[in-house]
Amino acid sequence: MMHFEFHVEGGNFLKAGAASSQLKKILKQLNVDPKTIKRVVVAMYEAEVNIVAHAYKGDIYIDIDTKKIEITLIDEGPGIPDIDLAMKQGFSTASSVVREMGFGAGMGLPNIKNNSDELTITSEVNKGTTVKFATYLNQ
Amino acid sequence: MKVSELVEKLGLKVYCGNNGLENEISNGYTSDLLSDVMGHADAGCAWITLQTHKNVMAIASLKDLSAVILVKGFEPETDMAAQSDEEGIPVLGTSEEAFTISGKLFNLLINCK
Repeated sequence: MMHFEFHVEGGNFLKAGAASSQLKKILKQLNVDPKTIKRVVVAMYEAEVNIVAHAYKGDIYIDIDTKKIEITLIDEGPGIPDIDLAMKQGFSTASSVVREMGFGAGMGLPNIKNNSDELTITSEVNKGTTVKFATYLNQ
Repeated sequence: MKVSELVEKLGLKVYCGNNGLENEISNGYTSDLLSDVMGHADAGCAWITLQTHKNVMAIASLKDLSAVILVKGFEPETDMAAQSDEEGIPVLGTSEEAFTISGKLFNLLINCK
Protein backbone atom coordinates (compact mmCIF):
# COMPACT_ATOMS: atom_id res chain seq x y z
CA MET A 1 0.00 0.00 0.00
CA MET A 2 1.43 3.38 -1.00
CA HIS A 3 0.15 6.82 -0.16
CA PHE A 4 0.86 10.19 -1.76
CA GLU A 5 -0.50 13.69 -1.13
CA PHE A 6 -0.53 16.87 -3.17
CA HIS A 7 -1.75 20.38 -2.47
CA VAL A 8 -3.50 22.43 -5.19
CA GLU A 9 -3.92 26.22 -5.24
CA GLY A 10 -7.19 27.56 -6.60
CA GLY A 11 -6.82 29.97 -9.50
CA ASN A 12 -3.17 29.17 -10.23
CA PHE A 13 -3.23 27.91 -13.82
CA LEU A 14 0.56 28.07 -14.05
CA LYS A 15 0.76 25.06 -11.77
CA ALA A 16 -2.29 23.21 -13.13
CA GLY A 17 -1.33 19.65 -13.98
CA ALA A 18 1.76 19.54 -11.74
CA ALA A 19 0.27 16.91 -9.42
CA SER A 20 -0.94 14.87 -12.41
CA SER A 21 2.55 14.98 -13.87
CA GLN A 22 4.01 13.73 -10.58
CA LEU A 23 1.47 10.93 -10.43
CA LYS A 24 2.29 9.89 -14.00
CA LYS A 25 5.98 9.59 -13.06
CA ILE A 26 5.15 7.55 -9.95
CA LEU A 27 2.92 5.13 -11.91
CA LYS A 28 5.61 4.70 -14.57
CA GLN A 29 8.17 3.90 -11.87
CA LEU A 30 5.77 1.34 -10.42
CA ASN A 31 5.52 -0.27 -13.88
CA VAL A 32 1.77 0.16 -14.05
CA ASP A 33 0.34 -0.91 -17.41
CA PRO A 34 0.54 2.09 -19.87
CA LYS A 35 -3.18 1.91 -20.73
CA THR A 36 -4.09 2.18 -17.06
CA ILE A 37 -1.64 5.09 -16.62
CA LYS A 38 -3.33 6.90 -19.50
CA ARG A 39 -6.78 6.51 -17.94
CA VAL A 40 -5.68 7.55 -14.46
CA VAL A 41 -3.79 10.57 -15.78
CA VAL A 42 -6.79 11.88 -17.77
CA ALA A 43 -9.12 11.55 -14.78
CA MET A 44 -6.57 13.01 -12.36
CA TYR A 45 -5.78 16.00 -14.60
CA GLU A 46 -9.45 16.89 -15.00
CA ALA A 47 -10.07 16.65 -11.27
CA GLU A 48 -6.95 18.71 -10.51
CA VAL A 49 -7.94 21.42 -13.02
CA ASN A 50 -11.43 21.52 -11.51
CA ILE A 51 -9.88 22.60 -8.19
CA VAL A 52 -7.77 25.24 -9.96
CA ALA A 53 -10.72 26.55 -11.99
CA HIS A 54 -13.44 26.46 -9.32
CA ALA A 55 -12.13 26.11 -5.76
CA TYR A 56 -9.99 28.19 -3.39
CA LYS A 57 -7.68 25.33 -2.52
CA GLY A 58 -7.65 21.58 -2.33
CA ASP A 59 -5.76 18.47 -1.33
CA ILE A 60 -5.27 15.29 -3.29
CA TYR A 61 -4.80 11.92 -1.57
CA ILE A 62 -3.65 8.95 -3.62
CA ASP A 63 -3.67 5.36 -2.40
CA ILE A 64 -2.22 2.59 -4.49
CA ASP A 65 -2.42 -1.09 -3.67
CA THR A 66 -2.19 -4.22 -5.80
CA LYS A 67 -5.82 -3.98 -6.91
CA LYS A 68 -6.51 -0.31 -7.60
CA ILE A 69 -5.43 3.30 -7.64
CA GLU A 70 -7.77 5.38 -5.50
CA ILE A 71 -7.70 9.16 -5.72
CA THR A 72 -9.57 11.52 -3.40
CA LEU A 73 -9.68 15.27 -4.05
CA ILE A 74 -11.06 17.44 -1.28
CA ASP A 75 -11.50 21.14 -1.96
CA GLU A 76 -12.67 24.24 -0.17
CA GLY A 77 -14.81 26.16 -2.60
CA PRO A 78 -18.26 27.10 -3.82
CA GLY A 79 -19.48 23.49 -4.03
CA ILE A 80 -21.77 22.02 -6.67
CA PRO A 81 -25.51 22.68 -6.16
CA ASP A 82 -26.68 20.05 -8.69
CA ILE A 83 -24.20 17.21 -9.27
CA ASP A 84 -26.35 15.46 -11.92
CA LEU A 85 -26.40 18.67 -13.96
CA ALA A 86 -22.65 19.15 -13.50
CA MET A 87 -22.06 15.62 -14.84
CA LYS A 88 -23.79 16.47 -18.14
CA GLN A 89 -21.50 16.78 -21.15
CA GLY A 90 -21.28 20.47 -22.10
CA PHE A 91 -22.49 21.92 -18.79
CA SER A 92 -20.01 24.31 -17.18
CA THR A 93 -19.98 27.21 -14.74
CA ALA A 94 -16.42 28.26 -15.65
CA SER A 95 -15.66 31.97 -16.04
CA SER A 96 -15.18 33.54 -19.48
CA VAL A 97 -11.44 33.93 -18.83
CA VAL A 98 -11.13 30.22 -18.08
CA ARG A 99 -13.18 29.38 -21.20
CA GLU A 100 -10.98 31.50 -23.43
CA MET A 101 -8.05 29.36 -22.34
CA GLY A 102 -9.92 26.36 -23.73
CA PHE A 103 -11.06 25.03 -20.35
CA GLY A 104 -14.66 24.99 -19.17
CA ALA A 105 -16.13 23.07 -22.09
CA GLY A 106 -18.16 20.88 -19.76
CA MET A 107 -16.10 17.80 -20.60
CA GLY A 108 -14.07 17.45 -17.40
CA LEU A 109 -16.41 15.42 -15.21
CA PRO A 110 -17.45 13.19 -18.16
CA ASN A 111 -13.73 12.56 -18.81
CA ILE A 112 -13.29 11.53 -15.17
CA LYS A 113 -16.27 9.18 -15.40
CA ASN A 114 -15.05 7.60 -18.65
CA ASN A 115 -11.57 7.03 -17.28
CA SER A 116 -12.35 5.59 -13.87
CA ASP A 117 -14.05 2.43 -12.58
CA GLU A 118 -15.63 3.98 -9.48
CA LEU A 119 -16.64 7.61 -9.02
CA THR A 120 -18.35 9.35 -6.12
CA ILE A 121 -18.89 13.11 -5.88
CA THR A 122 -20.21 14.76 -2.74
CA SER A 123 -20.58 18.49 -2.30
CA GLU A 124 -21.83 21.12 0.04
CA VAL A 125 -22.63 24.57 -1.34
CA ASN A 126 -20.27 27.30 -0.01
CA LYS A 127 -18.09 24.67 1.65
CA GLY A 128 -16.51 22.45 -0.93
CA THR A 129 -16.49 19.32 -3.02
CA THR A 130 -15.01 15.87 -2.63
CA VAL A 131 -14.35 13.83 -5.73
CA LYS A 132 -13.29 10.23 -5.17
CA PHE A 133 -12.48 7.86 -7.97
CA ALA A 134 -10.68 4.59 -8.46
CA THR A 135 -9.14 2.84 -11.40
CA TYR A 136 -8.58 -0.92 -11.22
CA LEU A 137 -5.23 -2.50 -11.91
CA ASN A 138 -6.09 -5.68 -13.79
CA GLN A 139 -2.79 -7.48 -14.02
CA MET B 1 7.18 10.69 -39.74
CA LYS B 2 9.61 12.69 -37.66
CA VAL B 3 8.76 16.22 -36.51
CA SER B 4 11.78 17.53 -38.44
CA GLU B 5 10.43 16.04 -41.70
CA LEU B 6 7.04 17.61 -41.04
CA VAL B 7 8.67 21.00 -40.47
CA GLU B 8 10.46 20.71 -43.81
CA LYS B 9 7.49 19.40 -45.82
CA LEU B 10 4.96 21.92 -44.50
CA GLY B 11 7.36 24.86 -44.15
CA LEU B 12 6.62 25.24 -40.42
CA LYS B 13 8.41 27.54 -37.99
CA VAL B 14 10.11 25.94 -34.99
CA TYR B 15 9.54 28.20 -31.99
CA CYS B 16 10.94 25.97 -29.26
CA GLY B 17 11.42 22.39 -28.11
CA ASN B 18 14.19 21.72 -30.67
CA ASN B 19 15.33 18.76 -28.58
CA GLY B 20 12.14 16.96 -29.66
CA LEU B 21 12.53 17.34 -33.43
CA GLU B 22 13.22 13.62 -33.76
CA ASN B 23 9.87 12.74 -32.10
CA GLU B 24 7.73 10.47 -34.24
CA ILE B 25 4.32 11.77 -35.37
CA SER B 26 1.76 9.05 -35.99
CA ASN B 27 -1.47 11.06 -36.13
CA GLY B 28 -2.99 14.50 -35.69
CA TYR B 29 -5.65 16.14 -33.51
CA THR B 30 -7.23 19.52 -34.12
CA SER B 31 -9.00 21.22 -31.20
CA ASP B 32 -8.91 24.32 -29.01
CA LEU B 33 -10.76 22.67 -26.12
CA LEU B 34 -8.26 21.29 -23.65
CA SER B 35 -10.51 18.60 -22.18
CA ASP B 36 -11.34 17.40 -25.68
CA VAL B 37 -7.65 16.81 -26.35
CA MET B 38 -7.19 15.35 -22.86
CA GLY B 39 -10.03 12.89 -23.40
CA HIS B 40 -9.52 11.94 -27.04
CA ALA B 41 -6.07 12.64 -28.56
CA ASP B 42 -3.74 9.64 -28.91
CA ALA B 43 -0.07 9.49 -27.95
CA GLY B 44 2.16 10.49 -30.86
CA CYS B 45 -0.26 13.10 -32.23
CA ALA B 46 0.63 16.52 -33.57
CA TRP B 47 -1.89 18.85 -31.86
CA ILE B 48 -3.16 21.69 -34.05
CA THR B 49 -4.53 24.63 -32.02
CA LEU B 50 -4.66 28.39 -31.51
CA GLN B 51 -4.10 28.13 -27.73
CA THR B 52 -0.72 29.62 -26.79
CA HIS B 53 -0.46 29.18 -22.98
CA LYS B 54 1.50 26.86 -20.71
CA ASN B 55 -1.38 24.47 -20.01
CA VAL B 56 -1.16 23.27 -23.62
CA MET B 57 2.30 21.85 -22.81
CA ALA B 58 1.03 20.23 -19.60
CA ILE B 59 -1.56 18.35 -21.65
CA ALA B 60 0.88 17.57 -24.48
CA SER B 61 3.24 16.05 -21.92
CA LEU B 62 0.59 14.11 -19.97
CA LYS B 63 -0.76 12.68 -23.25
CA ASP B 64 2.68 11.96 -24.78
CA LEU B 65 1.94 14.09 -27.85
CA SER B 66 4.81 14.61 -30.32
CA ALA B 67 4.40 18.29 -31.25
CA VAL B 68 2.06 21.27 -31.10
CA ILE B 69 1.28 23.29 -34.23
CA LEU B 70 0.02 26.86 -33.67
CA VAL B 71 -2.14 28.22 -36.47
CA LYS B 72 -2.69 31.66 -38.04
CA GLY B 73 0.68 33.05 -36.96
CA PHE B 74 0.03 32.63 -33.21
CA GLU B 75 3.22 32.45 -31.14
CA PRO B 76 3.79 30.60 -27.85
CA GLU B 77 3.79 32.61 -24.62
CA THR B 78 7.11 32.67 -22.77
CA ASP B 79 6.17 30.06 -20.18
CA MET B 80 4.74 27.78 -22.88
CA ALA B 81 8.06 27.98 -24.74
CA ALA B 82 10.01 27.23 -21.56
CA GLN B 83 7.97 24.13 -20.84
CA SER B 84 8.24 22.99 -24.46
CA ASP B 85 12.04 23.05 -24.13
CA GLU B 86 11.86 21.26 -20.80
CA GLU B 87 9.56 18.51 -22.08
CA GLY B 88 11.18 18.13 -25.51
CA ILE B 89 7.87 18.68 -27.26
CA PRO B 90 8.36 21.17 -30.12
CA VAL B 91 5.95 24.04 -30.69
CA LEU B 92 5.69 24.72 -34.41
CA GLY B 93 3.92 27.49 -36.27
CA THR B 94 2.12 28.20 -39.52
CA SER B 95 0.38 31.25 -40.96
CA GLU B 96 -2.37 28.97 -42.26
CA GLU B 97 -5.63 28.25 -40.46
CA ALA B 98 -6.52 25.03 -38.70
CA PHE B 99 -8.61 23.58 -41.57
CA THR B 100 -5.86 24.01 -44.15
CA ILE B 101 -2.95 22.78 -42.06
CA SER B 102 -5.01 19.83 -40.77
CA GLY B 103 -5.73 18.82 -44.37
CA LYS B 104 -2.08 19.01 -45.31
CA LEU B 105 -1.00 16.99 -42.27
CA PHE B 106 -3.70 14.40 -42.98
CA ASN B 107 -2.50 13.96 -46.56
CA LEU B 108 1.12 13.61 -45.50
CA LEU B 109 0.33 11.02 -42.84
CA ILE B 110 -1.99 9.02 -45.13
CA ASN B 111 0.77 8.81 -47.71
CA CYS B 112 3.35 7.45 -45.30
CA LYS B 113 1.10 4.68 -43.96
